[in-house]
Amino acid sequence: MTQLALVIDLNVCVGCHACVTSCKEWNTSGPAGAMSDDNPYDKDPTGTFFNRVQTYEIGTFPKTETLHFPKSCLHCEDAPCVPVCPTGASYKREEDGIVLVNYDKCIGCKYCSWACPYGAREFDEHQKVMKKCTLCVDRIYDESLPENERKPACVMSCPTSARLFGDVHDSESEVSIAIRENAGYQLMPEWGTNPSNHYLPRRKTKLHYHEDELQRADNPLNKEHSVDPVDAPTLDDSTSW
Amino acid sequence: MHPAFSVVFLTTLIGTGQGLFLALFSAQAYSELNLLPSMSDTSFFGMGSVLALVFLVTGLIASVFHLGHPERAWRAASQWRTSWLSREVIALPFMMLMIFIYGVMHLFGLDAVIYSDTSGNHFSYSLIVAGSLAMVAAFILFICTGMIYACIKFLQEWATPLTVINYALFGLASGFTCAAGFSSFYNAPELTKFFAIWAVVLTVVVLVTRLASLYRNSRIKHKSSMKTAIGVRHNQIQQKSMGMQGGSYNTREYFHGKTAAFIKSVKYIFLVLVFPLPVILLIAGLGTADTMLLVAAFVVQFIGLIFERWFFFAQANHPQNLYYQTV
Amino acid sequence: MNTTTANAADGRIEVKNTTCYMCACRCGIRVTLRDNEVRYIQGNPDHPLNKGVICAKGASGIMKQYSPARLTKPLMRKEGAERGAGDFEEISWDKAFEVMEERLRHLRGTDPKKFALFTGRDQMQALTGMFAKQYGTPNYAAHGGFCSVNMATGMIYTIGGSFWEFGGPDLERSRLFIMLGTAEDHHSNPMKIALSKFKRNGGRFISVNPVRTGYSAIADEWVPIKPGTDGALLLAITNELITQGLYDREFLIQYTNAAELVNQDESSDEFGMFVRNKDVEVGEKGCFDPENKLWWDRKLNKPIVTHTKGADPFLFGSYTLENGTVVKSSLQLLKERVEQYTPEWASSITGIPADTIKRLAHEMGIVARDEKIELPIAWTDVWGNDHDTVTGNPVSFHAMRGLAAHSNGFQTIRALSIVMTLLGTIDRPGGFRHKAPFPRPIPPCAKNPKSPEDVQPNTPLNGMPLGWPANPDDLFVDENANPVRIDKAFSWEFPLSAHGLMHNAITNAWRGDPYKIDTLMIFMANMAWNSSMNTSEVRKMLNDKDESGEFKIPFLIVADAFQSETVAFADLVLPDTTYLERHDVMSMLDRPISEFEGPVDSVRIPVVPPKGDCKPFQEVIIELGSRLGLPAFVNKDGSRKYRDYPDFIVNFETEPGSGIGFLSGWRGKGGEKFMKGEPNPNQWEMYEKNDCVYHHHLPKSYQYMRNWNKGYLTWAQDHRLTRFAEPINIHIYSEVLQGFRLAAEGKRAGKQPPEHLKARIKEHFDPLPFYSETLESQLTDKHKYPLNALTQRPMAMYHSWDSQNAWLRQIHSHNYMHIHPSTAQAQGIEDGGWMWAESMHGKVRCMARYSEAVEPGTIWTWNAVGKASGAWNLGKEANESNKGFLLNHLISEELPKNECGEHVSNSDPITGQAGWYDVRVRVYKAEDDEEKVTFPTFDAMPLLPGMEQRRSWLGYFAGKFTKKGAK
Ligand SMILES: Nc1nc2c(c(=O)[nH]1)N[C@H]1C(S)=C(S)[C@@H](COP(=O)(O)OP(=O)(O)OC[C@H]3O[C@@H](n4cnc5c(=O)[nH]c(N)nc54)[C@H](O)[C@@H]3O)O[C@H]1N2
Ligand SMILES: Nc1nc2c(c(=O)[nH]1)N[C@H]1C(S)=C(S)[C@@H](COP(=O)(O)OP(=O)(O)OC[C@H]3O[C@@H](n4cnc5c(=O)[nH]c(N)nc54)[C@H](O)[C@@H]3O)O[C@H]1N2
Ligand code: SF4
Ligand code: SF4
Ligand code: SF4
Ligand code: SF4
Ligand code: SF4
Ligand SMILES: [Mo]
Repeated sequence: MTQLALVIDLNVCVGCHACVTSCKEWNTSGPAGAMSDDNPYDKDPTGTFFNRVQTYEIGTFPKTETLHFPKSCLHCEDAPCVPVCPTGASYKREEDGIVLVNYDKCIGCKYCSWACPYGAREFDEHQKVMKKCTLCVDRIYDESLPENERKPACVMSCPTSARLFGDVHDSESEVSIAIRENAGYQLMPEWGTNPSNHYLPRRKTKLHYHEDELQRADNPLNKEHSVDPVDAPTLDDSTSW
Repeated sequence: MHPAFSVVFLTTLIGTGQGLFLALFSAQAYSELNLLPSMSDTSFFGMGSVLALVFLVTGLIASVFHLGHPERAWRAASQWRTSWLSREVIALPFMMLMIFIYGVMHLFGLDAVIYSDTSGNHFSYSLIVAGSLAMVAAFILFICTGMIYACIKFLQEWATPLTVINYALFGLASGFTCAAGFSSFYNAPELTKFFAIWAVVLTVVVLVTRLASLYRNSRIKHKSSMKTAIGVRHNQIQQKSMGMQGGSYNTREYFHGKTAAFIKSVKYIFLVLVFPLPVILLIAGLGTADTMLLVAAFVVQFIGLIFERWFFFAQANHPQNLYYQTV
Repeated sequence: MNTTTANAADGRIEVKNTTCYMCACRCGIRVTLRDNEVRYIQGNPDHPLNKGVICAKGASGIMKQYSPARLTKPLMRKEGAERGAGDFEEISWDKAFEVMEERLRHLRGTDPKKFALFTGRDQMQALTGMFAKQYGTPNYAAHGGFCSVNMATGMIYTIGGSFWEFGGPDLERSRLFIMLGTAEDHHSNPMKIALSKFKRNGGRFISVNPVRTGYSAIADEWVPIKPGTDGALLLAITNELITQGLYDREFLIQYTNAAELVNQDESSDEFGMFVRNKDVEVGEKGCFDPENKLWWDRKLNKPIVTHTKGADPFLFGSYTLENGTVVKSSLQLLKERVEQYTPEWASSITGIPADTIKRLAHEMGIVARDEKIELPIAWTDVWGNDHDTVTGNPVSFHAMRGLAAHSNGFQTIRALSIVMTLLGTIDRPGGFRHKAPFPRPIPPCAKNPKSPEDVQPNTPLNGMPLGWPANPDDLFVDENANPVRIDKAFSWEFPLSAHGLMHNAITNAWRGDPYKIDTLMIFMANMAWNSSMNTSEVRKMLNDKDESGEFKIPFLIVADAFQSETVAFADLVLPDTTYLERHDVMSMLDRPISEFEGPVDSVRIPVVPPKGDCKPFQEVIIELGSRLGLPAFVNKDGSRKYRDYPDFIVNFETEPGSGIGFLSGWRGKGGEKFMKGEPNPNQWEMYEKNDCVYHHHLPKSYQYMRNWNKGYLTWAQDHRLTRFAEPINIHIYSEVLQGFRLAAEGKRAGKQPPEHLKARIKEHFDPLPFYSETLESQLTDKHKYPLNALTQRPMAMYHSWDSQNAWLRQIHSHNYMHIHPSTAQAQGIEDGGWMWAESMHGKVRCMARYSEAVEPGTIWTWNAVGKASGAWNLGKEANESNKGFLLNHLISEELPKNECGEHVSNSDPITGQAGWYDVRVRVYKAEDDEEKVTFPTFDAMPLLPGMEQRRSWLGYFAGKFTKKGAK
C-alpha cells in the first residue's frame, strides 16, 4: 500500500515561507480554490492557507537555537479527522493514503478540525467548507506536467529542498531513506495518529582539532628569519675566549 | 476552545428538551404505575411535549448557525458507523419525531390503553410505543452528544465518561426543573413535587459529577507539550511566530481570548447559577407553591447552564494550540 | 519557451518565461496564465540562478500584479495642494511629457546639476546612469550608498571583487563557511540552495550576528557579537592567524602585495607608499598596478623586483635599502598593526570569549591548510607560469550589511578581505569566487567627474556620474575643496563614495548645501519612508517652502508602480508597469546575474499587458531622451533614434560601432557572437527562446584565479570586459588609502583637503585596517543610550513594497521590537507590551517581543513593515500603520555637530555608506494609560485618482470564472 507524504528537513529549513505562498498560489486557482482572504487590505488580514511556517526559540542566550517549523496536514495513517466526519466528506484515499475533503459533501460543521491534534485544517470562511493540504493531488498525477514537476507546489518551490515528497511505505524511497538515516520523527506520537509526514531533526557539524595541529613543521613562519638585520649586535661583538 | 454560541445554545437547549421529555415520560410512567396520581388535565403531556419540542427545535435552529452548509445537513446521517456526530444527527430527529408523536397522541386524545392490570396499573400506547422509543432515543442522544466531545481523546478535558454523564445529568436536571415549573402552571402539586424533588436530586448528583470533572480537569497532565509538538527535547521552547499575524481559523476556533480571571468568574457564576440557586428556588417554590419561583429556578439554572457550557468549551485546551501561541 | 494550450475545462492556458522582480535577486520564472490571468508563477527549472525554486515573494507575484495599490494614471499635484496630502488630478502622458520636457530642457541649457535623478532598488542603473550622463548631470545615484557601498568598496579596493552580485562563497566545495552580518535573504534563492547543499555535504556553518534568525538559524554555531565590532573580531583573528602561522604563504607572496616593501621613512613624501624600481619598464599606464615594486629576497638577502622568476621573498621583515631608506613588507606592517588586537582585547569589545575567537581562527586556518582542494585543471598565470592544477583552501565567507551599514564598515570589510586573503581563498575552489564582469582592477577604471567644469550646459558628462577614485585628484570638488554633487559624494567628506549618498540628497537639496536644485526625479525609491533616515523630518523638508512660498525643492517627479508614501509628495507621478508587464534587461553594463562559471545576463519579457495607463519607466527615459535630443537617443539630424525600449536595447552601442550594448548574448547579425558584436535584430527572440537568460560558460581553466589568470584576463580583454589584461594583486596594504592620508598630511601635491577634514582623513584613510568605534557611538552618551538598535529584512517581504500584497502581509502585518527578556524586564517591559525606543534623534512607540536569540545589548525589528496610514491602499485601521513601526525615525541622516562641522552625514567617512546600524537607543515601558498605537503616526493618505477600491475580501481564482470577492 502506498502512503504518500512529505518529509521536512529542519536541518536546512531557513523559514523562508516559499512553501506557504507557493501552496496558496497553486491551490487558490485549483480545485480547492478560491482560497479566500478576509480584510486583505485592512486590519488583521487573514485567509485560508494549507501550510504555515512557524518559528520557535529553544534554550536561553547564548545557547539559543532558532527553529523554523513548516506544518501542513500530516496525512496521518490513522487520521482521527476522518472517522468523526458525519458526512463522509473527509476521507483517506485507499490508493495513496492522501487525506482529502470532498468540498461538495462538506457541511462545514468543523468537527473534523476539532479531531485534528495538529491544527492542520482550515475552514474557508467564504465557501464555508473545510479545507486542508491536498498533497497537491491535482499536480502529482497530472500527466500533462513533465515528470519532474509532478510534485507538490511547496516541494517544487522550496529553495533549500527541505521538503521531500514520496511514499513512506516504500522502504527504498528517498523519503524512507531520509527518515531512516536521519532519525526522522513524527509529531505528537502520543496520540497514535501515526502521521505520514515526518520531520528530520537538526544535525550539527563540529570540528575537532588537536593542539599539535598548530605546531606543525610546515608552519610557514619557519621560512621567516628574525626581523632583526644580520648586522645587529651578537655575542661575537662582546666576548673573546 | 472558542465557545461558539450556536453550540452553547444547541447543546443546552437540546439537553433541556430531552430532560423535559424524560421528566414528562417518567411522570406518566409513574402515574401509570400508580406511583403518582394521574394527571387530570389531558393536555399536560401534550403541551409538555410541545414545550420540549420548542427547546429541541430552537436548539436545532441554533445548530444551523454552526454549519457552513445547513442545506447539506442531510448528508450528515451517512457516517453512523464511525461518527458520533452522525449518530447524533440520526438520534435527534428520531427522538423529536417520537416526542412529536407522543405529544400528538396526548393532545389529540389518540392515546389508548393497551394494558391494565388488577392493581390499576395501565400502560398506554403513548407510553409504550412513542414514549419508550423517545426515551431510548433521548438516552442514546445523550450518549451521542456527550461522546461527540468525549471521543476526542486529545481533548483531555473532555475525554472522560464524566463528559457523557454530565451532559445527561445536566439535561435531566434542567428538564426536571423545567417540568417542575411547567407542572406548577398546571396546578398539579403532586407532579410538581415529583419533578422538583427529582430536580433537586439530579442537580445535587450533577453537582457531584461536575465537581468531579472540575477536579479531574484541574489536575490534568496534558500529554502533549511543546516538546512533542515540534519533536525537540528541551525544557525551554518558546514560539516566536505562528506564521501569520492577523490570525487564522486556528486562532479563531480554538482560543477564547479571555483572561484567566474571566474564565474563573464564569466558573463561579455557573457554580452558583446551576446548583445552589435553583435548589433554593425549587425548595422555596415547593414550600410556597409559587409557580414563579419554580419558573425562576429553571430560568436561573438554564442561564447557569449557558455559562457552564461556555466554560466547558473554554476550559478545553486543544493540543493544536501549542502551535498557535505567539503572533 | 512559450506554450499555449486550450482546453475547454481548463480555460486557455499559456506558459511564458520571464525574470522575477519581487526582489533584486532576479530568478527565472515561468508564468502560467489561464484566460490571460496569472494562474501560477513557478521557478524556472532551467534557469541557472534559481534552478526551479522560488521564494515566498516570488510566489506571491499574483497579488502584486492585481494589487489595489497600483497606480494607473499619470497624476499632477493639484494647484495649491500641500505635498504629502496626496491631492492629485489625472493628466495625460502627453501633458506629463510636455511638463517634463520643458523643465528639463531649460535646466539642461542652464545648469544641468539642477536636475537630480535618484533611483532606489532598481536594476537598470545602466540605463538611468547613461541617461544622467547624457543629460549632463552628475547628480545621479542609486541605492548603493545607503545600501552596501562599504561592502562593494571595502572588497573591491582590496581584492577587486565583492560579495552580492559580484562574487560569493563557493559552497559546493567549501568545508567551513562563516557568515557575518547577513540576515535572511541576501542573494536569496541561490544562497539558500547553496547553504542546504553545503550543510548536507557535511560542511560546517558558523554565523556571526547579534541576532539568530533566518540563515543563522541553521548555523552549526552562532557567535553573537555586539554590533559594529566585527572589525575587532576580524583583526584579532588576523593576529591569531599570523602568530600561529596559519596563513597561505605562497598565495600571499604571489598574488598579493603582502611581501612588497613599503617606504617607512617618515620624513619622506613617499612615506607609506611602495618603493618602486624606477628602472623597470612599466609600459602603458592605466588603472592597474605596475609591476615595479620590490620584494626582499631570502636567498640574495636584498631587494628584488616582484615576481622575478626564481625569487623567494620574505613575507615579514624590516630592511634597509641601499639608499638608507628603511622599508617593511606589507605583512610586517600588518603584523605590527594587529599585535595590539589580541583575542582578549577583542573579547572585551565584541562580547565574544577570547577562546572562541582563537578557536575560530584555528578552525579557519586548519581547514584551509589541511583540507586543500586540488582540481586537475591546468592554467597559466599572468607571469607565464604554467600550473597543472587549480588548488583551493575550502574556507569561505559571506557578509553583508551587518558589516557594511556601520560607519566603520569600510575598514571592517577590508579586515575581512584580508582574513580571506591570508587564508588563501580568493577566486579559488571552496573559497570566494568572482562573477563576471569581476574581478576589476583595484580600483576599477571608471571615474566620476572631477571638477565643476566637467558639468556644462547641453553637454553630456565625459564619464559616468559615479566612479572609483584612485587618488585625491579623482575627487569631485571645486577649487575650494567643496563638493560639486548635491549629495557631496566624491568630496573630501566621503572620498570613495562610489555609489553616491542618496540618503543625504533631500536634506542637502532642502538646505541648499552645497546648492539648490530644481527638479528631483525619484524612480523606484521610497525616499519619504524606507530609504530616508530621519523620516519624519525628511517628509517635512519635502513639503517645506522658502519665504517666497516656493517649495525648497521646487519640482518632484516620482516614478512608481504603487501608491507609496513618497508618491504623496510628488508634483508629478509617473505610473510604472510591474515586472510582468515590461521589457527589462539585467545587463552586463550593470549588475548582471553572472555565475562563478561565467557571465550571465537576462531579460524580462512582458507576460501580461500594462494595467491602465501604466508605462514602463524605460520608455519614459527613451522618450525623454529623444525629446531632449540627448545624443545617445537621437540621430545626427536630431530625429528620434529608437522606436521604443526593446528597439533601443537591440540597437544601442556604447559607442558607434563598439559592438557593446546592454545585452551580451546573441550579438552579431545572426546571434553568433557574445559580448561584442553588431546588433542582432532577433536578439529578444533568442533570449525568449532560451528562458530569458544568456549563460556563457568559460572554459574550466578560466574559471579560477581570475585576478592572475592569463587565459581569463586575455579573454576578458578580447571580449571587452576589461581594458587591461594585467594582474590584479590583492591590496593587503592599500596605497590608495595612503595617498589620501598623505594629502591630509600635506605631503602630496594636487588636490588638498579642507582644514576641518584633515584629521578625519588622516585617521580613517589608514592603509591597514584598524578598529574604531562607529562615529555615532563615539558621539553618543552610552550610559544614556546603552543599546544598539538594528533592522533585519524578513524573507517574505521586500523593503517597503510588499504590504500591498494580500498574501505576504498576512505573514508580516506588523513588526515587534525584539528584545532580550533581561533587557526588557529591567525596564518593566512585558512580552507583547508597548514600549518606547529612543535615540538622540527621535523616538518610536512599538510593541516588544522577548527573544533569547538576540545579544542582550541589541534590540532589533523587521525593516519597513511599518507603514504610513493609508499608503499602499491599506485601510486606516491596518496593522502596518497602527502596530507596525519604522526604525528610521530613530536614525539620523546627519551626525550631531562635531569637529568636522555641522552637517556631516551619518556615514562612513571613507565611502559615504549610511550608518543605519550605528544608532544607539534606550528603551522604557509605555505607560498603561498611553494609547496602544505606534508613534509617530501620520495623516492618512487618500486613494489617488485611477486607483482601485480595495476589496473587503478576496477569493482569487485565475481566469475561467469571473472574479469572486466583493467590495
Ligand atoms: N526578503 C528580502 N530580501 C532582500 C531584501 C528585502 O528587503 N527583503 N533587500 C535586499 C537588499 S536591498 C539588501 S541590501 C540585502 C541586505 O541583506 P542583509 O545584509 O542580509 O540584510 P539586513 O537585513 O540588512 O541584515 C543585516 C544583518 O546584519 C546583522 N548585523 C547588524 N549589525 C551587525 C554587526 O555589527 N555585526 C554583525 N556581524 N552583524 C550585524 C543583523 O542582525 C542582520 O542579521 O537584502 C536583499 N534581499
Ligand atoms: N531602517 C532601515 N532602513 C533601510 C534599510 C535598513 O536596513 N534599515 N535598508 C536600506 C537599504 S539596503 C535599501 S536598498 C533601501 C531600499 O529602499 P528603497 O529603494 O526606497 O526601496 P523600497 O522601500 O522598496 O521602495 C521602492 C519603491 O519602488 C516601488 N516599486 C516597486 N516595484 C516597482 C516597479 O516595478 N517600478 C517602479 N517604478 N517602482 C516600483 C515601490 O512601490 C517603492 O515605492 O532601504 C534602506 N532603508
Ligand atoms: S520553503 Fe523550504 S526552507 Fe522555506 S520555509 Fe518552506 S520548508 Fe523551509
Ligand atoms: S494532520 Fe490532522 S487533518 Fe491531517 S490527517 Fe492528521 S488529523 Fe487529519
Ligand atoms: S467540516 Fe466538513 S469535512 Fe469536516 S467533519 Fe464537517 S462535514 Fe466533515
Ligand atoms: S502539498 Fe500542496 S497543498 Fe499540501 S502544503 Fe504542499 S503545496 Fe500545499
Ligand atoms: S528571490 Fe524570490 S523575489 Fe527575488 S527574484 Fe528570486 S523568486 Fe523573485
Ligand atoms: Mo539594499
